[in-house]
Amino acid sequence: MAKKIRILVAKPGLDGHDRGAKVIARALRDAGMEVIYTGLRQSPEDIAAAAIEEDVDAIGLSCLSGAHMTLFPKVVQVLKKRGASDIVVAGGGIIPPEDVPKLKKAGLKGVFGPGTPLADIVDFFENAAKGRAK
Amino acid sequence: MKTLVQRVLGGDKRAAAKLISMIEDDEPGARKALRKLYRHTGKAHIVGFTGPPGAGKSTLISRLIKEFRKRKKTVGVIAVDPTSPFTGGAILGDRVRMPEASLDPRVFIRSMATRGHAGGLALATFDAVHVLEAFGADVVMVETVGAGQSEVEIAKRAHTTVVVEMPASGDAVQILKAGILEVGDVYVVNKADLEGADAMVSNLELVIPERSKGWRPPVLRTTASEGTGVEEVAEQLEKHWRHLHASGELAVRERARAETELRGALAEAALHRLAAKPATERKLRRSIDRIAARETDVRTMAEELLG
Repeated sequence: MAKKIRILVAKPGLDGHDRGAKVIARALRDAGMEVIYTGLRQSPEDIAAAAIEEDVDAIGLSCLSGAHMTLFPKVVQVLKKRGASDIVVAGGGIIPPEDVPKLKKAGLKGVFGPGTPLADIVDFFENAAKGRAK
Repeated sequence: MKTLVQRVLGGDKRAAAKLISMIEDDEPGARKALRKLYRHTGKAHIVGFTGPPGAGKSTLISRLIKEFRKRKKTVGVIAVDPTSPFTGGAILGDRVRMPEASLDPRVFIRSMATRGHAGGLALATFDAVHVLEAFGADVVMVETVGAGQSEVEIAKRAHTTVVVEMPASGDAVQILKAGILEVGDVYVVNKADLEGADAMVSNLELVIPERSKGWRPPVLRTTASEGTGVEEVAEQLEKHWRHLHASGELAVRERARAETELRGALAEAALHRLAAKPATERKLRRSIDRIAARETDVRTMAEELLG
């Protein structure tokens, strides 16, 4: 049996808009991946803990409230603290272009702003999983 | 360096999670690890949950996690959702109803896709249950895919089967014909605050049979979203566990589970072995052509391929 790609899609923070996260989850599923969707209002600690239990290859974060500069890097930090920094973290939402380099510097491997084609996001996660497999 | 098995036995979540993935992907090493783990299993109470989609299985389990934690038990959960037969992908959404639990080192929740396996479970589900037993779980709750009327495999494999229903999900005839209603040790009518709950409870009480000697399955009411009635469900689950021990029924069920698992493993191994023969794929395709052309029938061809 081939190794299945597993991705956690999560919404940190307090905004209640998860349409985007659901569209991404669905696109990844349609590309043959197993997507664990954890719903709204998750703390970075919740997200990291779930990612570890689910043994995912990568985490896709969605945040539309503007709190991405705090919440996204926090997920990377918690994973590191728990010895799981091999799990790839990416994020999307309303992210101003000037924040992208800062987020990458903070350890996010992918940052996707409004208008990113779904195919690019699917490709990103496929490559992330491939890069992670030994 | 500790081995993966030693880490699982020490309650390491990362190790348990990795091993479950290895089992799901049928990676080399998974079987050997399971062999080593198996003698550390057999103490946990395995509880299966089945019932129609939307009845509230995940929410009920989420509340039961808290209830069992209050009773100082380590809790494992395997939540199964269906794999898309067209893309092979899956959206596993049961965790949405179980937020925060993962921060507790003595709770382990894992979502699992069926990957083409019928019967409401995945092929790897019970191997993963064994991993959680070795991890230290006192109770392992297994949530099947939102089952219809025939997904009752769980009843052959769990110690206690909980059937979750909701009001107005069918009249008395639906209840009578549903195979699912012959497998429960405990029945829960969730969303009991909705209209029709009383009718559902009395209909159930009318038709459910005694599942094992000396155990009349109780019909309980819950409103899991608010936590109402959940304590009583936990009580009844523990009571049933004690009943299984006291009545000798546990040995009967353990044997039935061993049989189901062995037969399953045999079928799987036979398929593997068949697929491993280089000529098989070609032969298989030729056989399919012949069956489609009505030159021969399925069973004859199966015999021939196995022979």
